[in-house]
Amino acid sequence: MSLVQSVDNVALLPAYLAAGTAVLVLLVDLLVARAAATVAVAALGTAGTALGAALVGAAGERRTFCAGADCSWLWTGRAALVAVVIALLTLGVLALSGPLLRAGRIPVGEYCFLLACAMTGGVVLGAAGDLITLVVALETLTLPLYVLVGLRRGSLAGAEAAVTFFVVSVVATTLTLLGAALLYAVTGSVHLDRLGAAFAADRDGLLDLPLTTVAVALVVAGLAFKVAAVPFHAWAPATYDGAPLPVAAYLSTASKLGGVAALLAVVQRALPATVTGPVLALLAVLTMTVGNLVALRQRRTVRLLAWSSVAQAGYILAPLGALALAAGRTADARAEAYAAAVAYTVFFVLLELAAFAAVVALRPADGDGGTLADLRGAARRHPWVGGAFALALIGLAGLPPGLAGLFAKVTVVRALLAGHAGWLALVVALNAVVGLAYYLRLAATLYAAPGGVAVRPARIVVVALGVATALAVVLGFAPQLVLDVAAR
Amino acid sequence: MTFGQFLLVAVLAVPALGAVAAAAVPGDRAGRLVGTAAAALTLLATLPLVGGDHGWFGYGPRPAVQPWHQLDVSWVPGLDLRFHLGVDGISWPLVVLTALLTLLCCGYTLWRVPAGGGSGRALVALLLVVEVGILGTFLALDLVLFFLFFEVVLLPMYAIIAGWGGDDRRRAARKFALYTLFGSVLLLVGVYVVVAAAGTADLVTLTGGTGLSRGAQLAAFTLLALAFAVKSPLWPLHSWLPDAHTQAPTVGSVILAGVLLKMGTYGLIRVAVGVAPEGARWAAPVLGVLAVAAIGVGGLVCLAQTELKRLIAYSSVGHMGFVLLGVATLTATGLQAALIGNIAHGVITGLLFFLAGAIKDRTRTGSLAELSGLRETAPRLAGLLGFAAVASLGLPGLAGFWGEAFAVVAALRRGGGLWTTLAVLAALGGALTAAYFLRLLRRVTHGRPSPAVASLAPGLAGAELTAWAPLVLLALAVGLAPALVLSYSSGPVGALVGVVTR
Repeated sequence: MSLVQSVDNVALLPAYLAAGTAVLVLLVDLLVARAAATVAVAALGTAGTALGAALVGAAGERRTFCAGADCSWLWTGRAALVAVVIALLTLGVLALSGPLLRAGRIPVGEYCFLLACAMTGGVVLGAAGDLITLVVALETLTLPLYVLVGLRRGSLAGAEAAVTFFVVSVVATTLTLLGAALLYAVTGSVHLDRLGAAFAADRDGLLDLPLTTVAVALVVAGLAFKVAAVPFHAWAPATYDGAPLPVAAYLSTASKLGGVAALLAVVQRALPATVTGPVLALLAVLTMTVGNLVALRQRRTVRLLAWSSVAQAGYILAPLGALALAAGRTADARAEAYAAAVAYTVFFVLLELAAFAAVVALRPADGDGGTLADLRGAARRHPWVGGAFALALIGLAGLPPGLAGLFAKVTVVRALLAGHAGWLALVVALNAVVGLAYYLRLAATLYAAPGGVAVRPARIVVVALGVATALAVVLGFAPQLVLDVAAR
Repeated sequence: MTFGQFLLVAVLAVPALGAVAAAAVPGDRAGRLVGTAAAALTLLATLPLVGGDHGWFGYGPRPAVQPWHQLDVSWVPGLDLRFHLGVDGISWPLVVLTALLTLLCCGYTLWRVPAGGGSGRALVALLLVVEVGILGTFLALDLVLFFLFFEVVLLPMYAIIAGWGGDDRRRAARKFALYTLFGSVLLLVGVYVVVAAAGTADLVTLTGGTGLSRGAQLAAFTLLALAFAVKSPLWPLHSWLPDAHTQAPTVGSVILAGVLLKMGTYGLIRVAVGVAPEGARWAAPVLGVLAVAAIGVGGLVCLAQTELKRLIAYSSVGHMGFVLLGVATLTATGLQAALIGNIAHGVITGLLFFLAGAIKDRTRTGSLAELSGLRETAPRLAGLLGFAAVASLGLPGLAGFWGEAFAVVAALRRGGGLWTTLAVLAALGGALTAAYFLRLLRRVTHGRPSPAVASLAPGLAGAELTAWAPLVLLALAVGLAPALVLSYSSGPVGALVGVVTR
């Protein structure tokens, strides 16, 4: 066996592009020192990353860094999907940051660099084939966000949010790492596929070992922190509310997508469904119910969106909960459950980005999310922005005319019933009713008699909102596009 | 694409485009005009649908659903969703009724926009979107598509109530939205229970319960029947209805009572009974008891009502009880009674809500205590109200009679202690209907004019007459010649009963 590994650089191209963007942004900020140039380079690099990821993904599966049959880098259709969506979300968040960066309380170069770093983590994440790569990628995605959350100069709320986020996230990472180490102790492997094979073969009563259960629980719990699943959710509302609005948008879209991708990778390929299924089913039920019920009482816009995004994480986890049942573990039902989780996530991040874009557009450049009362009558002052906001909210609630959101819910319910988890489908359905109550309240506030403060929406934010809304409408009429890619 | 398929698409596309145009055209009155024109075109497009292959010729075993026209295009294969539309004798009368009522409401809005702040063209646009949803529900031959259209109605109707309704509109609108969403999420789960078990969402294939185990049928029927019971609404799931009807603007109440409720009863016949006949047979006694309870409770509550619109709203609960009783018998007579009851209720209650709206607009009150002697100052209005009330209480010769009488007959024919008792109780409930409508007439039209009524002008506006005349004529026509509805539906209903009682 040769000691020199052959490396497939084409497979790694998306990661090179993402990392290159980060380095280039740093250099441009240093050498050119003009905010516009920095942002332009970041935007171009991000778009290039999305394009590269899509092109490499379209050419079929590629793998590299292999030890025998096990590879640490698998550029599959899903990896490409995650990378493309994360890059596009980064681009969107960059657009949302326009007014914030112009307000001048945030250093532009650092901001763009950190965003590009986070994107690099997200791009690598989908392709990770072993637990070490996975955790490193996830940390690369999260680490810049600690700083971004608290980057606003002279903002106490921001600093508080950053510290909360940092402490919780580090604990979560530690848990995952400990779990990974225990898994290695039990099976002697860190590659996801080899772990999966070892559990499937179940040599020496592997599944009955208490150590296995502890290891699996630790890995799942650590990753549940990242998607803000109840009971590991408490950091999310405080962090979202304290962070600058675009960073909150990034947290609730790209960062959440990263967490879901990581969770899916370990659950689908490595961990035994008999152990993870019931845990995930319980997490899903708790997450959507608690998220929805608490969201009912929120008075601040971003907190409402944060709690609703907690609830949405529950819908994402729900299909995986079907694995708790024996009937959910047939190959077809499993594949459908994973595809449903991915598809739901894609629909969700799109609508969530649109909602955050609308909030950014309707709030002062440097402001926080404010209260619901601040948005009173906003749709009467800005019919188009308000209409797009209402459409995004209705989509998140899963009703027409927000067809994208409706199909997302339908996908989840269908996957659950294909896995014979009818009770879980009912829980999802009833939660959708609770969800409508607060989405409707927010949407109705937009159309109430005018109050609050008039703001002129920034053009770049309106463009981002328009693109996100247009995409949501297109996907609403052609959801098969997402379903096809998610199933690959 | 045949002419029939073109019509099917047009019936949905014209109001959808009309809604966009009404919202986009500059100028409020122009928008309302465009919307009304679209509604008129839609009605024109629904009429020729009747001319098609009625499937009375041919050999060999036939499917239980034989659409006159159908259109079947793949949409989202990943979710078993096909854009499959079709029309037959069960859905066509409802389709025409929907198009007619929407046109009348749009025309009425042309003349008067309800107070409340919203613009008239937005109201017309929303009415057209609601129409798309209702028509789509009646035309869909794919379960998932059916669910999709069922959901389309929800938010526009919420907006109509919340934007143009009475004083307590926000609460009523929210209650309507949450309650009916509760129904439709159950529908979603029920639909996919069926799809997961049968592997297809095609209603033509599914009707008759082929490929579904008994367990799946019972689960599916329970979920679907609950979903439709919320929409219909079946007692005890009706409590959203009085608030929504009372607070909604006149045109909203007309659409709500006239056709929106029919989505529930239509769904019960077409989807719940058709797809899960074994579940239907199993649940029929429960449905029958609930239906008769609704008739009784509706009647008693109406006797105690003091508000005009609320009384009419509660009378819907009773009338829908008769329709559900007809469905519960699972006989050809019963289903026919349910269908004609549906149409009759749509026509008569639509008219009643128009009249109640006119009275409230003129007197600024709906309280029965403040209304009396209407025939002294506004004899035409009082006469029309009398006509509508008498039609609604089921006088022979008017539309309301057939549905109620034959629901009772069907229950009697079903035989056995339970059904005979139900028939007798339902007949007594029919007497209650007469009692509360006569009480309504005595309070409102007779007696000395109250201060609110005394200053009324006797005349009716031309727009009002135009909006009401078709309904008056239809109530008479359907009453005198029930074959107008029954001749179209007898074939499909026979086929349905054939597979259900197999």
